[in-house]
Amino acid sequence: MTDDMPEVVRAEMETDIVCVGFGPAAGGFLTTLTRGLMKEDGTPLAESKAMPGMPPQVICYERADDIGFGVSGVVTKGRAIKASFPDLDLSQIPMAHEVTEEKILYLKDPVGASRRPLAFKVADKVLGRFMEDDAYELPYIPPFLEKHPGMIFSIGQLNQWVGSNLMGTGMAQIWPSSPVAEPLLEGGAVKGVRMADQGVEKDGTPGAGFMPGMDMKAALTVVADGPVGAVGQRLDRELGLPEGNHQREWAVGMKCVVDLPEGCDWQPGTVLHTIGYPEPEIFGFLYVYPGNVASLGIFVPSWFDNPVRTAYRYMQHWMLHPYLWKRLEGGTMRSWGAKSLAESGKRGEPILCGDGFARIGEGSGSTNVLTGSGVDEAWATGVQLGEAVLQLLKDGMDFTKDNLEATYLSRRRESWVEQEAKVAEKSRDGFTKGILRGFIGMGLTGLTGGKLNMPGKPISPQDRIPSIEDYYKGYISHGEIQEIRAECARQGKSLHDALMDRVGWPEIPMDGQLLVSHQDALLMGGKVQASPGYADHVRFANPNACMACREKVCIEACSGQAITTNPEGGVPLFDREKCVHCGACMWNCSQSHFMDAERTNVRFSAGSGGLHSAEN
Amino acid sequence: MSTDFHIVVCGSIVPDPLQTLSPQDSPQGPVLQNEMMLPAVLDPWAGHALYEAANLAKNNPGSQVWLVALGPKAKLQQVMMAVSQKAPFQLVVADGSASGFTDSFETAKVLSETIDGIAGLDKSKMLLFGGWQSASRGSGAVMQMVGEMLGVTEQFQGVDKITVGGDGSIEVLERVEGGAYQKSVVDGAPAVMGWATGELPEPPNNPQVGMQNMQKNMPALQQAKPADLSGTTLKFESVAVPQQRRETRIVKDASIEDMAKEIVEWIKG
Repeated sequence: MTDDMPEVVRAEMETDIVCVGFGPAAGGFLTTLTRGLMKEDGTPLAESKAMPGMPPQVICYERADDIGFGVSGVVTKGRAIKASFPDLDLSQIPMAHEVTEEKILYLKDPVGASRRPLAFKVADKVLGRFMEDDAYELPYIPPFLEKHPGMIFSIGQLNQWVGSNLMGTGMAQIWPSSPVAEPLLEGGAVKGVRMADQGVEKDGTPGAGFMPGMDMKAALTVVADGPVGAVGQRLDRELGLPEGNHQREWAVGMKCVVDLPEGCDWQPGTVLHTIGYPEPEIFGFLYVYPGNVASLGIFVPSWFDNPVRTAYRYMQHWMLHPYLWKRLEGGTMRSWGAKSLAESGKRGEPILCGDGFARIGEGSGSTNVLTGSGVDEAWATGVQLGEAVLQLLKDGMDFTKDNLEATYLSRRRESWVEQEAKVAEKSRDGFTKGILRGFIGMGLTGLTGGKLNMPGKPISPQDRIPSIEDYYKGYISHGEIQEIRAECARQGKSLHDALMDRVGWPEIPMDGQLLVSHQDALLMGGKVQASPGYADHVRFANPNACMACREKVCIEACSGQAITTNPEGGVPLFDREKCVHCGACMWNCSQSHFMDAERTNVRFSAGSGGLHSAEN
Repeated sequence: MSTDFHIVVCGSIVPDPLQTLSPQDSPQGPVLQNEMMLPAVLDPWAGHALYEAANLAKNNPGSQVWLVALGPKAKLQQVMMAVSQKAPFQLVVADGSASGFTDSFETAKVLSETIDGIAGLDKSKMLLFGGWQSASRGSGAVMQMVGEMLGVTEQFQGVDKITVGGDGSIEVLERVEGGAYQKSVVDGAPAVMGWATGELPEPPNNPQVGMQNMQKNMPALQQAKPADLSGTTLKFESVAVPQQRRETRIVKDASIEDMAKEIVEWIKG
């Protein structure tokens, strides 16, 4: 983008600390930092270098149009969050509740279209006699999957609550609608960030009202922009990952918030996790909030080798499972969203500190992929950095790599986040060889504290996605696939509906309330919109690779149907108005980047717009 | 007359119009379900007024812009982070309900008292801007009452454009029936302008403007005093959503012929 353009005069400002991305990690960081910036006698802990005479100036930029526009309900033990708020009263946060009941359900395939290995078919038969509504409740929840005592809440509502507390202190400024395009790099040092240009055409060339993005210089840049954030991605490209680490495993979580029908027997605080359906590789969750509201959805992982893996339709089939539908039928969709999750965990950890920067949160590899928890871990890394920064400010020391390693990194390495991440490190390796080995592997890791693991080597998504012909071999003939391709191309449609119909997935009975078309989900649930004047943030690095591509997984996997078939072939079309910024296209691509085999052909940048719902 | 104006913009938050709004009755009267949970934005009508005010101030050096908001402090705080990046202004806050289920008279009283308390405001130079109605309750009465309470008798509604003459006179373009405009000329300030959409696009986010605004405006937010809206004798009985439900369908890149055909079919019924 800006690399290709002639030099433009940019506004420049200075601050002490700039933070990119507001979420649990930034929440933990800023909460800890702002509490310590003023001493008990009312004087600043340290003087601002950007504005002498003032306490250190702290700014946080959030890409979304509101800091509450998050995308997930979560269940978490919340150890770090509770440590930050010992007297936390969950009723202060809308849609939050203590965990009261936990279940793990194995769901049988009620329609006969699920692509199941033999062991699952046997399980369907053997467990069938013990099932209620085609679901078998596991008699025992292993300790590593237990969430009790814990809490369920909406990340959007947590962000709003934390954010308003932070801004009330006056010690930090949190700016929404502020996409950060890239870090300001000088060698290996980070000097601040550059905001996204405005008043540009789709391809980034200046247009009416062109306003180059401002450079915000800062002594410390805190990178908390998650797994698909532009600043974190750029640092990974420039600095590389530590040796042996990779970011090859992903999942897209697609979720919605539902007003449950009257008379539904689920109580607030109920936590359900499902395995087995709609495909063995897809996990589901459902959390019940106060007020007869539930947050529910599925995770579609990158090692689910279906090249037409649509999260939306699979989510609908999952909701229609007899056990769930019996209680969901008659409900209304209130909110909808999607998000990419970094599933490499500790093995995806980037370089955490350098001169002038530190990384926290999901993009820093804090997610625990055994326990399936990331929010509290992200918060904890934010707290650790907050404590480190306070120490450096108090001692009058610079934010150099050495100093940040001695204060932040050492805290992190000694913390429970690190210890539990080490246990979890290899827990998912088995999934790279098959779903059954994956489950056995997770069990082995969890029950032995990480001493025994199922072997397996993660493969990047672009290397493991099979062709459509290979995936459907034995189910649909080459000739018929060709016909479906031609017909879908003629109608400008993606392939997944036709292919799924063909192998026996039933038509979704749309009801206009909960089961709605994908586009209606954008309107009713995600309330998706895009601000004018920004460049397209999804682009394709090498058009020739798209020309040769016959899967176009990006179209099938797009959470907002923003990437669509180009009638002329070649590079798919992108509609910014529909994009929900989940980042799934970034890793749902079967073509490697021509310069970097670890990256795909999809370039995902910072952009404006997306979800406009804080209930999730 | 001079052309340095003291522009007071009245505006507050409303739920983001993209949200699903569910009005319902409650023991305290009508409410929006989960109103404090919903994302909020600056009232779009007030937004137009603010952008026009900023543009007018830019073109008339020496002018000042205040944004006077009656709304819940915590919610205003969030919205002001986004609005502050649009245009320079000074924020004055009364902490209270911004709900559409509030007495217009009590709202106007709070706003006029708040405006009276603005230090340095010269009423002889005052232009009172606001939306000609509100996105939360479109009665259009509040701006008129604020003007009357402040003694401003020159009032215009549905304004889309004003032009300042060299002698300080103001030419006003107002919407009138049938899609026509009415042109008026007043000698100068003070005046009330209830804005429609104006002619300006929404300004881009400018972080520098945001930073400058926030240094003044966040303390103003923190110091906001609770607004007293208890004087009302007005009682809203109930609220209901229309029975008719519009079936919205989005079709991209439809040809003009297809659109025309569809409109004809719709007209035929």
